[in-house]
Amino acid sequence: MAGYLILLAAFGIVPTAYGIYFAFTNAGNYFAGLSNFTAAARDFRYLPAVGHVGLYLLIWLVALVVFVIVLALVLHQLPVRRISRMVRFLYYIPGALAGAASVLVWLFMLDPTVSPAAAFLRFLGYGTFGQVIEPGHLAILFAMIAFWTGAGGWIVVMCGALNNIPVELIEAARIDGAGGWSIARRVQVPMIRKWIVYMVILAFAGGTQLFVEPQLISSASLGVAGRDYSLTQLSYDFAFQNNNVNYAAAISVELLVVSLIVAAVFVTRSRFFDAN
Amino acid sequence: MQTDVNSSAVVPAAAPARPRAKPRQTPSPARATGRLLIGLLLAAFAVFFIVPILWLLLAATKTDPQLVRSSPLSFGSWRALRHNWDALTSFQGDTILLWLRNSTLYASLALVITLVAAVPAGYALAMTEFRGRRALLVITLVVMLMPATTLVIPLFLELNALHLIGTIWSVVLPYSFYPFGVYLTYIYFGTALPRDLLDAARIDGCTEFGAFQRVALPLAAPVVALVGFFSFVANWTNYFLPYVMLPSSSQYPAQVGIGLLLTDVPQFNPTAGTGAVLRPELALATLMAITPVLVVFLFAQRFLITGLLAGATKG
Repeated sequence: MAGYLILLAAFGIVPTAYGIYFAFTNAGNYFAGLSNFTAAARDFRYLPAVGHVGLYLLIWLVALVVFVIVLALVLHQLPVRRISRMVRFLYYIPGALAGAASVLVWLFMLDPTVSPAAAFLRFLGYGTFGQVIEPGHLAILFAMIAFWTGAGGWIVVMCGALNNIPVELIEAARIDGAGGWSIARRVQVPMIRKWIVYMVILAFAGGTQLFVEPQLISSASLGVAGRDYSLTQLSYDFAFQNNNVNYAAAISVELLVVSLIVAAVFVTRSRFFDAN
Repeated sequence: MQTDVNSSAVVPAAAPARPRAKPRQTPSPARATGRLLIGLLLAAFAVFFIVPILWLLLAATKTDPQLVRSSPLSFGSWRALRHNWDALTSFQGDTILLWLRNSTLYASLALVITLVAAVPAGYALAMTEFRGRRALLVITLVVMLMPATTLVIPLFLELNALHLIGTIWSVVLPYSFYPFGVYLTYIYFGTALPRDLLDAARIDGCTEFGAFQRVALPLAAPVVALVGFFSFVANWTNYFLPYVMLPSSSQYPAQVGIGLLLTDVPQFNPTAGTGAVLRPELALATLMAITPVLVVFLFAQRFLITGLLAGATKG
């Protein structure tokens, strides 16, 4: 217990407090009010980064919710359980490549000279790597990479949740004349709604932190994508390129507040975590 | 209902396979088309999820010209694989192996500390009453829902003030703080461990710690394994934290290392100088960086897909 308390204090609470301290002080350690926040927000890279992350989140969350639910429902009703299990595991494997590995794999997948989908990329009119990763495409590409590594785990979770719906309930709906579609829509999806919300919250909070994808793409894009695509990158650049830890901390605190609000709403409203 | 979902989610034994409703209708043409569509949908996604990994496996067996000219999903040769291996390991003198060693060291140390800290904490939260328990629980949950990257820059500032930047502890200690592990064990002990069993142990003369160690801990083996699995995978695949904390490339874990290799691949970065890394070598390096996690996945396959995972994943 003591061990956990120390870790919680040292790597949960103290850095939060420390980040807040830096966000509200200036380089001379004087209280600076909101000036770090307004100055960071006036930086020419700030609004574009917010836009990028917003667009990415929109695509990623919609794709995640739609495909995960559809695939989980389909896999759940497969008559042969072994196949369902095998397919779930196949979908889950890319989770092992989370982080930098997934980005490297997708760099290759998106390069028409070596990609197995080269014919498809050319069909879409993209003959070179530079054309594929032009800035307007990045949000959708990052969402695709995130989906590739993350969706499988969530499909497994949703299948688990679907398994926990009592069979009698489905039978009752069927006797009442409901078909597969309306059972899915009226019974199954509402019964697993809590899990869907949980998924959306974690994916949203994680998505606001977008870093490794744009960071690696920027070092491999022949200069197409900048180093300041996302807010986390901007915060990193403030801290380590511009030597302005106060602006960096301000952005960190903003992201922290967003995820804190989301987490707090979820914890208090959902009763998700009550064990008894 | 709420508890039901949670408990059966974390406890394999509590979720027996339920008998499934048998399909009753006789097959009709519409039904057959439906099945075909479902098959196509599942196959299309299987291709999407698996082909990139297959490609990666095969790319490591090719030379760079073969990578461009031969069919993307063909096997190259063992000789080329051998050659890529030699070229990769000679890059900056065995650096890739050093990175893998670093990854192993960081993730394993963190794993041990995580288990030692998180499991007793989850137990105490679930089984004992103390002042501040409720507050501690709420804080744990909130921190757990925060993505790990949120605190990286503030952590850097904190560890910088403590002069820990560049030491392995700047990575290992933040990795070891794993509130999700506390939550998982808390749910497990709170819902699945019969209190009578602990009372019996106490009557038999066990101390508090003895009851935990001899009764609760063995019963919780599956959930401890699960916490270990998630902690190891999360830490192995972490990029941002070591990227920020470790200034010297000889300290990089594999994840950050392959990112560095990428900048030496001329096709992706024309400014890459001499001693450039060829694309098949990068593919091989990526493969090596993920192999430990893939192996863990294969071992963990059974509990991962039995639905045990429900309620047990983070981002």
